[in-house]
Amino acid sequence: MPETLSPPRLLPSGDAAITVEFSRTIDDAANRRVLALDRLIAAEPIGGITETVPTYRSLLVHYNPVEIGFEALGEQLLARAAKALPTAAGTRRWRIPVAYGGENGIDLEDVAKALGTTPDEIVTRHVAGDYRVAMIGFTPGWSYLSGLEKFLHMPRRKDPRLLTPAGTISIGGIQTGVQCLAGPSGWHLLGRTAVRTYQLHRDPIFLLEPGDAITFTAVDAKTFAEQDRAAEAGEFIAELVTP
Amino acid sequence: MSKLVVTSIGPASSVQDAGRPGSQRYGLVPSGAMDRLALAAANTLVGNELFAAAIEIGPFGAAFTARGGAVRIGLAGAARNADIGGRPVASDSSATLAEGETLNLGFARGGSFSYLAIEHGIEGEPMFGSLSVNARAGLGSPYTRPLQSGDELTTHPASGAAERRIELPDATDAPIRVLFGPQDDEFSDENKQLFVGSEWKISATSDRMGYRLEGPVIKHLDGHNIVSDGTVNGSIQVPGNGQPIVLMPDRGTSGGYPKIATVISVDFGRFAQISAGRPFRFKAVTMAEARAEAIKFHQFLRSLPDRLRAIEDFSLNIEALRDANVAGQAVSAVDAATWQVAVP
Repeated sequence: MPETLSPPRLLPSGDAAITVEFSRTIDDAANRRVLALDRLIAAEPIGGITETVPTYRSLLVHYNPVEIGFEALGEQLLARAAKALPTAAGTRRWRIPVAYGGENGIDLEDVAKALGTTPDEIVTRHVAGDYRVAMIGFTPGWSYLSGLEKFLHMPRRKDPRLLTPAGTISIGGIQTGVQCLAGPSGWHLLGRTAVRTYQLHRDPIFLLEPGDAITFTAVDAKTFAEQDRAAEAGEFIAELVTP
Repeated sequence: MSKLVVTSIGPASSVQDAGRPGSQRYGLVPSGAMDRLALAAANTLVGNELFAAAIEIGPFGAAFTARGGAVRIGLAGAARNADIGGRPVASDSSATLAEGETLNLGFARGGSFSYLAIEHGIEGEPMFGSLSVNARAGLGSPYTRPLQSGDELTTHPASGAAERRIELPDATDAPIRVLFGPQDDEFSDENKQLFVGSEWKISATSDRMGYRLEGPVIKHLDGHNIVSDGTVNGSIQVPGNGQPIVLMPDRGTSGGYPKIATVISVDFGRFAQISAGRPFRFKAVTMAEARAEAIKFHQFLRSLPDRLRAIEDFSLNIEALRDANVAGQAVSAVDAATWQVAVP
């Protein structure tokens, strides 16, 4: 994929952060380059960088302007980007149980109607997907996944809900996601998982990393309730599958 | 141990320090003080680390009572009338509450946030290295929410050290400096000029997540939806209605509106202090200027302990108190009912 190795754009985000932009659209190849650059910076640190934040299409690099300036840092970032090759090696895969439909996924039937099929087929297709954490953002643990099959692409709701449950598994646009905390969302709610991607007083506090691979499995509402109690007590529930 | 008990307090008041950077990749925003210079000044007054946790007090009045022993405090940030049992307390100075005494704070007269630092700091359990409140994420200590009446902040008894004031530069009405980007190419040159050439006001619906701006409509070249990317304190997003939102310390870590510009780091605290409804302007600067200012600001913060001065007996001289209160006279008052500027 030689065309994907074109240099990223360096965009100033104030005097203490640079947006390293690989694409302007949601693009899996660009996201892989974002994550590759993120890993390379972790492996070969650049003095003055305080934090990196991967997103779909860009890496936001926070830095201390007292230690390094935009030009010097930009040069080093471009050099890293040129040699940061996306690789599948070392990818972790998680299996995440989901209770689909009913009170756990109040939009499942409407989604099926809108797409001209049955709730069962929606579940079968969603479970069959091979997903990757493209970014985590908005609120703690909210994991945006790439890899949703075209059949399930659906515009977001016109009126976002102000409150959706913790652990919601939803679809919106061309994405699917694992939401950790209760909060607002304009996506369509397919189900819930007991997995806490963010939980205080657990090690690790954040379960998923950008780049992790994700598979869903369907469980019934009773199993979800049991898993939810175990998760509250600190269990991961998500199963780490060795690649 | 001594306690500072909250006897009355308005909304938008919480314990804040320098925040918890380092986990934005997991969607956890750092939070932290709106005005770090004022936080550092308040802490310097009582001999604390610059960014120790202190009470960030919103535009409304508040009162605190010392229990179980004396409590020494440092007050900086937005000017307000303050007294301890009738003894005036000047802005940018320290004072000691004897056991049972109450510190009464009026509405912010200029600016929005004052910082009340407590000598020896506030006892708490740091989460990700910070006591800052982030209610959505369930973080903060000793409380995971804004302060309420009856809350108690535990500290060590006052040292009995001589009270101090701190000499800070006069408040300024200079434009808030910004750097264009990261998505200024989503706007025409005309609209970029409209942004920096116009007068703006901060809407009363603003909070620690974002300040909504009221002014001319800024138009996008090509729609208002971009693919979400990372945000910083001071990111200036332009949503579909063309009224910019400046992202503040409790922002989302990612956002999907084009960002026309970013407030430079040294001006962020000054921007955070602008009262709702009060007109102000932006000014575009170069990266070189922004960095030079950041380096100067870093040196200035380190010089804060050298700016401590002996304090006179203000209770005998109200004129001296007024004179010391430069910031309070330089900027206009807020009306607490609406968090908007009162007509003078």
